[in-house]
Amino acid sequence: MRKSIFTLVLFGLYLPATSQAWADNGVVAFTNAQIYPVSSAPIKNGTLLLKNGKISAFGKNVVIPKGAKLVDCTGKWITPGFIDSATQLGLREVSQVAGTVDSSPSRKDPIRASVRAADGVNPRSAAIGVARRHGVTSVLSVLSGGLISGQGVWLNLFDGRNKSWMNTISDDTGLWMRFGESGARAVGGSRASAIQHLRETFDDARLYSQNRKNFEKNTLRHLVTSRLDLEAILKVTSGKEPLVVSVHRASDILAMLNFARDQRLRLVIVGGAEAWLVKSQLAKAKVPVILNPLENLPISFESRNMRGDNAAILSEAGVRVLISSQSTHNVSSLRFLVGNAIRAGLKWSEGLRSVTLNPADTFQRNGSYGRLERGKKASFVVWTGDPFEPVNWAETVVIRGVIQETQNRQTRLRDKYKKRLGL
Amino acid sequence: MIVLALLVLGASCATGEAAKKKLEKGTLNSPQKPIFGEKNPRAVEEPVLSPHPEALTTTAIVGATIMIGNGKRIQNGSLVFQGRKILAVGKKSDIKVPAKAKVIDGKGLFVTPGLIDTHSHLGVYATPHVKATADGNEMTDPTTPYVFSEHAFWPQDPGLRTAVMGGTTTILVLPGSGNVIGGRAVVLQLDPRRETRAMRLHQAPFGLKMACGENPKRVYGSKGRQPMSRMGSISILRRKFIKAQAYRHAQRVHEHERAEWLKKYEKAQDESSDGKKLGKEPFGPTRDVGLETLADVLDGKITVHIHCYRADEMLQMIALSKELGFKISSFHHATSAYKIADVLAKEGIAASMWADWWGFKLEAWDAVEENVAMVSAAGGRAIVHSDSEIGIQRLNQEASKALHSGRRAGLGVDEDQALQWITLNPALALGIDKLTGSLVPGKLADVVIWDKNPFSIYAKAQSVFIQGRKVFSRQDPPQAWSDFLVGTAVEEVNP
Repeated sequence: MRKSIFTLVLFGLYLPATSQAWADNGVVAFTNAQIYPVSSAPIKNGTLLLKNGKISAFGKNVVIPKGAKLVDCTGKWITPGFIDSATQLGLREVSQVAGTVDSSPSRKDPIRASVRAADGVNPRSAAIGVARRHGVTSVLSVLSGGLISGQGVWLNLFDGRNKSWMNTISDDTGLWMRFGESGARAVGGSRASAIQHLRETFDDARLYSQNRKNFEKNTLRHLVTSRLDLEAILKVTSGKEPLVVSVHRASDILAMLNFARDQRLRLVIVGGAEAWLVKSQLAKAKVPVILNPLENLPISFESRNMRGDNAAILSEAGVRVLISSQSTHNVSSLRFLVGNAIRAGLKWSEGLRSVTLNPADTFQRNGSYGRLERGKKASFVVWTGDPFEPVNWAETVVIRGVIQETQNRQTRLRDKYKKRLGL
Repeated sequence: MIVLALLVLGASCATGEAAKKKLEKGTLNSPQKPIFGEKNPRAVEEPVLSPHPEALTTTAIVGATIMIGNGKRIQNGSLVFQGRKILAVGKKSDIKVPAKAKVIDGKGLFVTPGLIDTHSHLGVYATPHVKATADGNEMTDPTTPYVFSEHAFWPQDPGLRTAVMGGTTTILVLPGSGNVIGGRAVVLQLDPRRETRAMRLHQAPFGLKMACGENPKRVYGSKGRQPMSRMGSISILRRKFIKAQAYRHAQRVHEHERAEWLKKYEKAQDESSDGKKLGKEPFGPTRDVGLETLADVLDGKITVHIHCYRADEMLQMIALSKELGFKISSFHHATSAYKIADVLAKEGIAASMWADWWGFKLEAWDAVEENVAMVSAAGGRAIVHSDSEIGIQRLNQEASKALHSGRRAGLGVDEDQALQWITLNPALALGIDKLTGSLVPGKLADVVIWDKNPFSIYAKAQSVFIQGRKVFSRQDPPQAWSDFLVGTAVEEVNP
């Protein structure tokens, strides 16, 4: 008991090394930095003021208040914190230890719209600290399986050892589903069958929303979809949340574009191996694509026309591109994925947008995410240079105004053995 | 026995012209010709196709940053290669460019050896990833030292070309890790041929894939078979190698007896005797391809590669190798190698590692991003491997990530050291360091020209040479290597 009280006290006092930056008046000035606000033009040699958790000012001619803690950022770059739009962080601790995996329920029912990723998230997952160390400040964590897999959750990657960890879990975000090979498999192995299931489900939802009283009195025609699932689908039919579809084959993407148009849904494509083949349709429908730019091989028949410059081609055609690791343990590599997309032809500025502004806008987290704006809660990263180059790293990570710990379980293990071996 | 063999020989050759001639000459009537000796094929099967003809060109890259691969670099240097081999390397001012050489202006360019991956399943787990292409794990027996990855390798794997585009020229193709002993691994060069064996690096030893930890016990335990535990895995290995020791002993005894018999045979031939005094040719133990593989391992003719994550298990395997009498060339994956970096350095055992993979199973839970750098800084043979058709396209980036994680943690590692992790160190682990792995005169001209420092994420391989043959150039018109991609929209792109 004494030990646990001691631990609590320790955690209460626990402050990361970088938090020495906090000044008495709570104002920190990051000076001489190259600042990339993303929603406005980059600033060479500028200052960013962090005050009471908000960005109170940034630019070339910022007046630094007396008593502010100065952090010299000469040669350093400041960007918004990075956002990975399709992970399983917090839902999967050790992939092959079944009890720690909540991301992929093995159920027979293909429609699981009411399952909320938020209900299964462990905000103290060790994987969160690994991602944060590389400048990822928010992610979407999502379920897989079935045809309609469930609702994703927006996570802010606070330090699990810090008292703010409870704030990690934010809102339900997007209704996530699968089409193509995996979606078809969930309904017996036919794409046509998958679309039929979707139509029936969405029709049920619309009927239900117009006849809730009859439904409660049991005087409505039989609905194949459960009440909670219908409620979840209404978030999408009302336009409040997007329908995010994992799909690869060009013809499958077109099928989903048609479905979304008929149902008047906001659609987001994830995966999108062959998206470049239907770039103009995607651009015209204003449908964003979440992709991993390393995927350049025909892993399956639905991705037979996959190519490594997918991101560059889509971006050039006016499609909003979001880069994602689509992983759990390697969310930390997000910045290198962007680097590789740029290597394959994506404009550097578009690369930056793909993990900042684009995900924030797609999932309607306007204002304080994915951009630096005055008066908004601050989520930003101070980098030692170009964040996409391995030679650089995230020196300071700020999430929702709080300077975060960048040490994690891995760095502690490292230190333990570094000391032991005298390295 | 001799009579029987004679009959068989006679019968099988009865229709052959050569046999008729032999009969006419009466050779079959002279003292008994050795039957089982030289004619007994060993496990190395020869390719049907011959190697590519030697490139007749001479190439000189002049005025580039030449990163040798052995920890050194030459600024403003030149590299000349002729035919299959490197002719000269040095400062631009010291190197005389042969008159007939095709000169490449190296200004601003970086030159490295072709990258080497100690851990690839290209071809045996080819894309597309469907059951039809899953050929890397013969999970019907926990020890399958008798299978050869080259028998499953599909030379049309679309991943070959993308690997070369990332600067990789040589790979060890391993069977998977479902078995305690997975089988023979083969060193291939990514100069595609219709036949896998024609892609073998000539004179490269075979490897043996072994595995400890979670995989074998999961695969067989779930079938209610041995091994169900790490205890079972070790015991299986031990028993198998004890059998191999006995097999090797029997083979040696037989070789000795046969040598003695052959002496008698030669003598008998000289004396034109009727051969009756010779006695039967000694008949050795029946050939067992699996035990033969393990016997070659005991003789140090095959390099040993052990899939092993946990530090304590690596120590178990080191002890076992000493007991059984074989040398471990490299641990693979080795996500906890940093915990025993001192031991690995002392034992001279390489660790083939990822830069940052972790967490997909419990034995990979303790990985750290400084793993590679810590093994290197402790004086060990660090290697960055891919185990992935995606990762193999950017070994340079993976090495860069590992390097800079190490530097951030204050470990004294530099770019030229890091280049060794993907060139000379893997060459040493595969037993091919005399052939390739560094830009040294006399070695094969496996060369990559990069448009910028290969430790930048934006760097691209401009040209790739294998044994002096240009196998990829970004300037040349794109072409599909894989038949699988013929007819797709990506057939002709080079991204």
